[in-house]
Amino acid sequence: MPGQRLSQIEGSVAVAQAVARCRPSVIAAYPISPQTHIVEGLSDLVRGGELIDCEYLMAESEFGAMSACIGASAAGVRTYTATSSQGLLFMAEALFNASGLGLPIVMTVANRAIGAPINIWNDHSDSMSMRDSGWIQLYAESNQAAVDLHVQAFALAERLSVPVMVCMDGFVLTHAVEEVELPEQEQVDAFLPRFVPQQLLDPKEPVSIGAMVGPEAFTEVKYLMHAKQVQALDEIPRLAADFEEMFGRPGGGLVAPYRTDDAETVVVTLGSALGSVEEVVDELREDGVRIGALGITCFRPWPLDEVRAALAGASRVIVVEKAFAVGAGGIVGQNVRLALSGLPATVYDVVAGLGGRPITRASLRGLFRDVLEDRMDSRSLHFLDLDVELVERELARTRLGGTGPHAEHMLRALVGVGAVPPGPEAPVGEES
Amino acid sequence: MTTVDLKLYQVGTFAAGNRLLPLEDRTVQAHPDRSNSITSGHRACQGCGEVLGARYVLDAAMRATGGDLVAVNATGCLEVFSTPYPESSWQLPWLHSLFGNAPAVASGVAAALRATGRGHTRVVGQAGDGGTVDIGFGALSGMFERNDDVLFVCYDNEGYMNTGVQRSGATPGGARTANTKAIGPEPGNAFGQGKNMPRIAMAHEIPYVATATVADLHDLERKVEKAMTFHGARYLHVLVPCPLGWGSASKDTILLARLAQRSGIFPVFESEGGEVTAVTPIRRRVPVEDYLRPQRRYSHLFGAHPRPDVVARIQAGADRSIARYGLLADSSEK
Amino acid sequence: MDKPFAITLDVGTSRANKTGSWRTERAVYVERQPPCNQACPAGENIQGWLYAAEEGPGADGRGYERAWRTIMADNPFPAIMGRVCYHPCETACNREIVDEAVGINSVERFLGDEAIRQGWTVSVEAPPTGKRVLVVGAGPAGLSAAYHLAMLGHDVTVVDSAPLTGGMMRFGIPAYRLPRDVLDAEVQRIRDLGVHFHLGATVTDLDETIRDGGYDATFLAVGAQVGKRAYLPAGSVSHVLDAVTMLRGLEEGEAPMLGRRVAVYGGGNAAMDAARTARRLGADEAVVIYRRTRDRMPAHEGEVREAQEEGVLFRWLTTITQVDEGSLTVERMELDQSGFPHPTGEFDTLSADALVLALGQDTDLSLLEGMDDIAVRDGVVTVDHELMTGRPGVFAGGDAVPHERSVTVAVGHGRRAARAIDDWLADRAPEPVPHRELADFAMLNTWYYEDAPHQQRSMLEAVRRQSTFDEVVLGLDETTALYEARRCMSCGNCFSCDNCVGVCPDNAVRRLGPPGEYLIDLDYCKGCGLCVAECPAGAIAMVPEEI
Repeated sequence: MPGQRLSQIEGSVAVAQAVARCRPSVIAAYPISPQTHIVEGLSDLVRGGELIDCEYLMAESEFGAMSACIGASAAGVRTYTATSSQGLLFMAEALFNASGLGLPIVMTVANRAIGAPINIWNDHSDSMSMRDSGWIQLYAESNQAAVDLHVQAFALAERLSVPVMVCMDGFVLTHAVEEVELPEQEQVDAFLPRFVPQQLLDPKEPVSIGAMVGPEAFTEVKYLMHAKQVQALDEIPRLAADFEEMFGRPGGGLVAPYRTDDAETVVVTLGSALGSVEEVVDELREDGVRIGALGITCFRPWPLDEVRAALAGASRVIVVEKAFAVGAGGIVGQNVRLALSGLPATVYDVVAGLGGRPITRASLRGLFRDVLEDRMDSRSLHFLDLDVELVERELARTRLGGTGPHAEHMLRALVGVGAVPPGPEAPVGEES
Repeated sequence: MTTVDLKLYQVGTFAAGNRLLPLEDRTVQAHPDRSNSITSGHRACQGCGEVLGARYVLDAAMRATGGDLVAVNATGCLEVFSTPYPESSWQLPWLHSLFGNAPAVASGVAAALRATGRGHTRVVGQAGDGGTVDIGFGALSGMFERNDDVLFVCYDNEGYMNTGVQRSGATPGGARTANTKAIGPEPGNAFGQGKNMPRIAMAHEIPYVATATVADLHDLERKVEKAMTFHGARYLHVLVPCPLGWGSASKDTILLARLAQRSGIFPVFESEGGEVTAVTPIRRRVPVEDYLRPQRRYSHLFGAHPRPDVVARIQAGADRSIARYGLLADSSEK
Repeated sequence: MDKPFAITLDVGTSRANKTGSWRTERAVYVERQPPCNQACPAGENIQGWLYAAEEGPGADGRGYERAWRTIMADNPFPAIMGRVCYHPCETACNREIVDEAVGINSVERFLGDEAIRQGWTVSVEAPPTGKRVLVVGAGPAGLSAAYHLAMLGHDVTVVDSAPLTGGMMRFGIPAYRLPRDVLDAEVQRIRDLGVHFHLGATVTDLDETIRDGGYDATFLAVGAQVGKRAYLPAGSVSHVLDAVTMLRGLEEGEAPMLGRRVAVYGGGNAAMDAARTARRLGADEAVVIYRRTRDRMPAHEGEVREAQEEGVLFRWLTTITQVDEGSLTVERMELDQSGFPHPTGEFDTLSADALVLALGQDTDLSLLEGMDDIAVRDGVVTVDHELMTGRPGVFAGGDAVPHERSVTVAVGHGRRAARAIDDWLADRAPEPVPHRELADFAMLNTWYYEDAPHQQRSMLEAVRRQSTFDEVVLGLDETTALYEARRCMSCGNCFSCDNCVGVCPDNAVRRLGPPGEYLIDLDYCKGCGLCVAECPAGAIAMVPEEI
């Protein structure tokens, strides 16, 4: 296709442009940082007449925004919204409803931490908390990926009648200005067919959408919902292939393996951290370490077979993720362990980048070295760059520093992670 | 001898229809082709006021729009008794999403219709009083403020009946509910300002706000039809007695709605752009006691330890309403 | 549409859920007895003919005619009734409690007059029975019986000693209350049915007349036209006459000479007629003397009111003790606690040129002499429930039997007797009258009836009324008659307002097509009772469900 544009553009603006080219009919949103630039951009496009036949509805809350999307989608139109953090949680009830009703809404989540304490910076606590909401979750490692995933998200959502969340790291991606190849309108039109809803509110063919279902059929409804999500595991690679054919570049897919073919150690991550991980992988490869990386593009549905295949040859798997299940452990890590069930690999769960803390190459290198040199307990949850001295002091000060086998085990593990010293190196990449 | 204009004094004003009236002058409910937007087989309690209100409103809206109508429903009795899988009682396009979001969902539907050149299809949102004045309040206010093209209807039965009769922001003072029992020195629900949703709607200065009851079908249908002549946000607040929650006989549902109006407890009026434009005058006024006594939720006011002070307080509230809306003015013939 | 399983449902599918199983009581349509019908001495189906009249010219232009024919099924004199009936129906009317009773009488009169204007007639549909029936007396009872008997196919002969038909309708009721053209028109219809009239022929020996005439049955309706005389010490020149004689004389063209001041003694309707007639005949002063108080007067309120409006004076609690030329001596009375009047010994003198006695009438039963099986007690004939005397085949009614005396009662007797005679002639047991529960006010939901005042009949100006025998009470014009008919609340009977269809929360009331025909769909009726509570007319009842 001629005239593909490479431009220096803010991630949010790029996403707004890409979404506009998908020709949504209704956009309903409520502002929250760091999603704001996306919806502001779309508002401009609607008001400026660039995005025609589209209603931009300024909702009174995220709950209202998602609810309006539910209504619009049930009325049979392509529907979009974007949110972050608290906003996503405020939508929670409606998210489950949208997926339960099988409404193909596409939403951008500009990932941000969840309070308290309130924190506007990036991590994945928000989208991870909604991992079981029945939405497909796609994670963008870059702004280009974000743009490409949005185009595919509409196609995916509408093909399966299931809502799709495209997650992109707040600020790290949304506010980063970098080169992005925007899809041309004609290409999008060719790639994304006109929306034909599975069901809609139509006076000519009335139906009752949103029935109450009791024990006699609820399990079956939920099974069918699960089956539909699982179908996405077949649909997503097909779409990725179609996308590459149409746009001349790869994009999407379930997972993104990087130098995993002979890797003994594979680092699993998602979102923008993948870039830094890959850089450190390259550095270690130069040192002769057989290490690779696996980006999880599609976290929901969980591509168990693809993850298992990508990690089949690894003896160590390090999962670096920006959220965790408090009191339990890593979230992605648990899913990875499930994928590796029966295989001998050791899985290390590492929480990193919470509330906007940079994930530096140095820290990653230290972490990987600790794993490679068996300084880490695979049964504990590790926190990258944790200020060990501070938490020890705080635990000692409060009655939480009590004794008992579980508490003592946790303290021992804390010492282990403390072996990774903060290096003299300055933070790298965009994570500043 | 002077002749008078012939009027159908026997009926024609309050009953559903009359064999002597031309079809177009009868109510929609008396029309052989009424749409029965909600049909038989629903699981509403015997004598349910809400299902009556919903059919009255939607059938009138169906006639006004020539059947070009979709409905959005909040969670609640109306939703539960109408659509338990595998049976639906609805006969128009209908969507249920959540308890607190019906106004926003309706806004989304309207936006979608407008965006795709289907603006001729009209949207009704509906909820009980909980879904309207409490959990759906923010969404409703947003819909009003944006002036979205939705007629929102509150079927007010003054409590959370679906969950077992707890108080809502629309429960009147003195009324007994499952969580405001007739216990202690101030039995029943506390007296407060409550949420006077019609007045709150008027404060948004939306095109049309009206109140109605299931006891005056002509009035109710006229208001629905009038509401459908406007575009933008419209609000209709319909009093629908609940035999279960109010502790009244199933046959008394309409009687109680009528007494609520006749006592001044429930003022029936219309507003355009925030100004009251018409009131339905009280015909044959009754003291509030006539309205309260048939309801077990007020029985503690009349039992072994009667509370004439509380009854007087309720009467004073009705008197204020009557004065505020001028409900005792000369009756206007419809 | 590719509907997701269970989440999205087809519309209207709940009809598969038959909620009728919840029911412990069911609603049934009933036809209760309207109080007007209950009160009507003539047995008219008043609610029924008002229902027809409400349609007015109606879709087919025949609402009034249907209404008239409904009256005619029970009463051949709608136009007469509309003038002389004291309308106990209106006294009983439930609408009285809402605002004012429906002006049933005036609507009836409108219908009767309309029939005369339009020339509506009735004809005998029944095949001839070959039975001959004698009717003695051409008053309201006799004419009514003759009409019904003729309609039933019998050969009827009416004998009356008067030269004209009508009995007290002609010779007792002044023309200002019942114009004679109206009377003649309604009697003519009976003549047109083939009823034979022998007028100016007095039956002196009933037994003989029956035997000679070969009658199969007889109805004795001789009335009560002998004015009662009270013993009053009177001077030889005092001018005393009785009301019946006075009114009859007037009808026969003999205007009595009464003088300028006329006293009328009595408190019944005849007293009012006499006093009002006296005014019309030129008396400057007509005073009614009655021994009790106004509220105890047997005369109907409307008659008293109209008399007062015409300037008739009243002396309550007064008896006459002496009649002299040009004056009366009267004594003031007192009522005891039971309402019985007692003399007080206080006397007064009134000027009066004439005294008209209106103290009631006796019946002349000399024709029964020798018929010992016909019992006579207190001057009237004893009859059983079917109005039959002790002589099989001889029936009696009207003023000649013990009952309240009025034209309407007499007409009712005529109807009852005709049916009883028909049964007796056919040797058939009378059909039991189905019991209908009275449609009490409490069974109605009168909220649904718009407030509407009774259309007052316009009155001739009182001054004009006093000097002529023009009709005093004018009829309703069509518009107001229709208006009045539509004030009927149709107590106890469906008038097809569709309220039951409207108020059913379960859409379980279906219209069957013709107005007023509904079906309760028991598949869905939950038995809430709303249709019963909200039926304006009280035409639906709840009955326990058989479980």
